[in-house]
Formats: sequence, C-alpha cells, structure tokens
Amino acid sequence: MSVLVDKNTRVVTQGITGKTGQFHTRMCREYGTQMVAGVTPGKGGQDFEGIPLYDTVHEAKKQAGANVSIIYVPPPFAADAIMEAVDADLDLVICITEGIPVLDMLKVATFMEGKRTRLIGPNCPGVITPGQCKLGIMPGHIHKPGRIGVVSRSGTLTYEAVFQLTGLGMGQSTCIGIGGDPLNGTNFIDCLKLFKDDADTDAIVMIGEIGGSAEVEAANWIKANLKKPVVSFIAGATAPAGRRMGHAGAIISGGDDTAEAKFKALSAAGVHIVRSPHEIGAKMQEVLGK
Amino acid sequence: MNLHEYQAKQVLREYGLPVLAGHICYTPGEAEAAADLLGGGVCVVKAQVHAGGRGKAGGVKVAKNTADARAHAEKILGMTLVTPQTGAAGKLVRKVYVEAGCNIAKEYYLSLLVDRAKRGIVIIASTEGGMEIEEVAHKTPEKILNVMIDPKVGLQAYQTGKLAIDLGIPLEARKHFTQVVSGLYKAFVGCDLAMLEVNPLVLTKENTFVVLDAKVALEDNASFRQPKIRAMMDYDEQDPRDLRAQKYGLSYVGLDGNIGCLVNGAGLAMATMDIIKSFGGEPANFLDVGGGATKENVTEAFRILLSDPKVKGILVNIFGGIMKCDVIATGVIEAAKEVGLKVPLVVRLQGTNVDLGRKMLAESGLAITPADTMDDAAKKIVALAK
Repeated sequence: MSVLVDKNTRVVTQGITGKTGQFHTRMCREYGTQMVAGVTPGKGGQDFEGIPLYDTVHEAKKQAGANVSIIYVPPPFAADAIMEAVDADLDLVICITEGIPVLDMLKVATFMEGKRTRLIGPNCPGVITPGQCKLGIMPGHIHKPGRIGVVSRSGTLTYEAVFQLTGLGMGQSTCIGIGGDPLNGTNFIDCLKLFKDDADTDAIVMIGEIGGSAEVEAANWIKANLKKPVVSFIAGATAPAGRRMGHAGAIISGGDDTAEAKFKALSAAGVHIVRSPHEIGAKMQEVLGK
Repeated sequence: MNLHEYQAKQVLREYGLPVLAGHICYTPGEAEAAADLLGGGVCVVKAQVHAGGRGKAGGVKVAKNTADARAHAEKILGMTLVTPQTGAAGKLVRKVYVEAGCNIAKEYYLSLLVDRAKRGIVIIASTEGGMEIEEVAHKTPEKILNVMIDPKVGLQAYQTGKLAIDLGIPLEARKHFTQVVSGLYKAFVGCDLAMLEVNPLVLTKENTFVVLDAKVALEDNASFRQPKIRAMMDYDEQDPRDLRAQKYGLSYVGLDGNIGCLVNGAGLAMATMDIIKSFGGEPANFLDVGGGATKENVTEAFRILLSDPKVKGILVNIFGGIMKCDVIATGVIEAAKEVGLKVPLVVRLQGTNVDLGRKMLAESGLAITPADTMDDAAKKIVALAK
C-alpha cells in the first residue's frame, strides 16, 4: 500500500516538449510509471516517443484516461497549467516548476478552493511510491519498497534520508516532496494525515527548513493526533535572518520561524529530532528497535 | 531585489501616492542645487543605501537652507553607514536624496506583504510610526493591526474605512487615508512586490498624508515581468560574489566565515552549513549548484569560492542522484585543475556510482581529502581550515 500514487496511476506530462519534461518523462517511464499522455498546445495528434500528445489536459483525461498530472512548464505559464489540470478535475497535480511568482500562486490557491484536486509543490521533487510509481525528478533506484513514509520541503536532503533508510534495510511506503515555496498546495499536516491513515506506513521521516510556520503547526497536530513515530530534521539552524537561502520560502523573517523554534516545537510534540541529517537513518532504526 | 528609497518613491508616485518633491544627488554641489530647486528652505538630506536605521546612524539630516544642505551632503556622501541592518562592515554612501520638508502632526506605520499561512495579502498598520515595527510588536503587540485582503476580491472600502477608525485617523483626513491605502495595495499587486513598507506614513498639520519613507522589495520570482523595476537594480549595493553566481544560475549567499561550501540542493546546502558550524567552523557562503549540476557551473562555483580571500578551505558535499557521482567527480577534478587549488579541499560524494566517483578523485593526483559522511567531511574541513 501507499499514498497518493501507485501502480494504477495514469500520468499526463504538462510541458512534455521541453528538455526537462522530456528527460524526466523518459526516466519515469523507465521506472515503470504509466506515462499515458503529454500536453503541449498546438501539438495535439503528435507523439513523444510513443506517448500521445494532446492540446489540452481535458483531452488527455478523456482520450488517455490520465488521472494525475506532472508539470514542467516554465514559471510564467506554470500557474495557468496548474489551473488547467485542476479544471480538468484530475485527482492529483504535481508541479515541479521552480520560480512561480507568489501572486500567481495566491490566485491558484484561491482557484482551488472547493475543488477536489490535490496539488503537490510547486518547486518540489515530486512523489514516489517505490516499486510502483515514480512521479518526479528524484533518482528512483535509491528507493526501496517498505513501511516508512517520508515528507520533506527539500529535494536532495530527502534523497540523503532515503539513501540512509534503504542502506539500513528500511524501505519506504511513499516519499513526498512538498516543495520549497512559501505557498504550496499540500503541507506537512496533509501528508501526515495520509500516512496516519495508511495501514502500510509504520513510521514517518519529516524534513523541514527555516521560514514559515508549517513545521510548528505540524508539531501541534502530531501532538494531538499521531501515534506513529516521527523522526525529524530542520535545515538552516545557522542561516542568517532576512536572507533567502536558495528556496523562495527559506527566509527567517520573524523569530518563530527559526530552526531552533521548530526543533523545540517538534521535540515537545514527542518527535525524535536529529541535529544532523546524517543521523536520520540511524535514529529511525533506533526508534523502531531494529 | 531591494530598491532605494528614492526609487521606491518614484514607483509610488506613478501610482498617485503622496510623496514629497526630491532629487537624487551624487555630489555636494548637486545637493546644494537640489535644495535650491526645492525652494531654498528647510529640506532633508538622506543617505541612499539598502538598509534601515539610517537616521540613528547619522545618515539623515535636516537642512535649514541650501548651504546647510551642501554641508550635510559633504559629510554624508562617502561615509560608511553602520546600522543594525548593514552588519559591522557598514555600507558606503554613494548618493543622497534631497527632499522637501513637511509639517508633521502624527506618524503612522503601514506595510503590505504576503501572508503565507493565511494565503492572502496582509496590511500591517500601527499608530507607532517611525519606530522599528519589530520592537512595537514585541513591546506593545496590541498596537499592531492586521487587515487580511481576500485575493478573490481585493481590498474593499469597508476595510480601509475600519482601519482608519481603528488607527484614530481624524475625520477630515479619512478620505485621503483611504486613497493612500488603496494606492499602496495597487502598487503592491501591480509591481509584484515582496514587501512594501511605509514608515512613517505622516499625517501633516494640513490633514493630508505623506509617504515620508518607503522600503520596497521586488519578489524575485516575478522579476521577469517587471522589467522597469528590475532596471532599478543598483549593482553597487550587491555583493559581487552574489552577482557572479546569479549570472551562472547558481544560488549563492555570501556569509562571513572561512569555509567555502559547494552543495547540490538548497536543503542540503543549508544542512551543510549547519554541520560545519556544529563542529566549530564558520561557513563562508551558502551555495546551491542545483540538482542537475554540470561541469560548467561546478567550475564557476569553484571560481567564486576561490576568489573570496576569506576562504581557507572548501567543502564539496554532493548527493549524486540522477547526476551520477562519476560525472560530478569529473567536474570537480576539471574545475580544480582549471582554477588551481590553493586551499584544502574536502569532497564528500554519496549516491549513484559513488565508488567510481571516489576512485576518480583518489587517482586525480590532486590534494583532495575524501570523506564518507557529512559529519566526517565537516570535521575534516574544519580541522584543515584552521
């Protein structure tokens, strides 16, 4: 079992004719993901290495039976691409694109109210259910099917954690990159809820960073709702205030959004915190008594 | 990207907001002429640097006449302004803004920003204008007012009306207040700003409002569609290391330590800084070469790190995912050879084809110290950079 995506997921790539879209569509297909359609306006009727292309997401859903979309569309057009996928009433939209203007994402957030489609990202590595469906830019082969859920704001830091888990024999149920932007579609609590209800997830790795209050809110939710063990690391303990650290969302602007404040809240919620990302795997092993 | 006060006011003027007449000046002579153009009476000479707290640091002076304006400009131009926001090194003042005076009756605080949690634009207002808003929030949080704007419908008249009442704005000035607030909102949205802060917003004795100081930051992701604001970039205010990194698509933040870091991924780059510090070292920078690091951008990253005289050692921490470790090793070796390695280099590779990558580094003939884990790498570079 898993959350969000599995072997039955049927994927449409939005922005399939760009270099990134092509490369990762190939990689996902090689992993075994069902890449059933691509959307590029004006190229309907053509194909990309055997994958049929459509002019609109609506067409891709109707003709190819796509239920999930992955977006590599450049920043000026990415918000529009998300809204198109939501309007087509897909189950899930994963937006990899980095650099979408925040006011565009405000529009997207408003547009999505009351609609059932879930958005992961933007500015994220995607979602993978090892052995079943890879939907994103993460290296598939470091993952292994298993019972640990992973949720993170950072890409490479997630790969580090997964690599350690796999190396220690602990596979993953699903790994979700929620992205590094200040406004994202799915937050930590949404993912923790999914993992809580997933019978095949035993424990969770949660990787956060400075900026915003999502980790502290997650800590409060964990305290009240979650029995499954959580191991957590927060990046940016030494980041200077007021400077944006790579991710658009990684900026300390108040005082409650520091790594220290987040570690404290998580610790108080019974989460097993580690001060070095190097210790994530070992801590999980210790927690599970393996 | 931050704007100078005079640029911010130029932008706000286009949105019909009340800003005083003023001129940007690079020499004391220009300041004198500007004061004359403003009528020759009382005016204010203001240092233009990207930092708050200019007044307390001596960068803002009231001049009684043109000679006075010249004298103040002589002192301020060329001075290094040290404020809580500039760091200890301070900022060199290259230009001053000479602005007309006004009759201040009361000072307010007003700012707009995107509230990420509530998913809307928020107006923050206070009767305690002219003070650091963080200090007001800390000491008298009840004096901070928040107005959430629903992005679906934008700012509504009842919201500005209520804000005026809550701030105790006199009846005669409320209409103008409403115009000012809605103008600021239009500027914020129209220019894709990350922050717009007016502190103080002055109520004059004539019951009109004046935007006396303004701080504006463009939201970086939107700069592609704001060419006019982008053109206001002041290269003198940027860290030259940052500018070079930007040119090569690297995400770089210059810091004060002596250990250069080259990492792929923003989260891993932050974590690498954290680990260096936990072993007693100080990172010289945050540097993310991106998930799909190429030989070219690794080489340029090396150049930037090595051009910083403070850097006494370099730590490369790369997780090879889709970009395999042997490809990264090739990039590191070629870059090190091309740039010439003058400081200790610790490389920690992990991930795909790691054995091949490590073997290549070992056989490169370069003085590269290999490390197995992040902790090991940090320990080694901290020891070597001492």
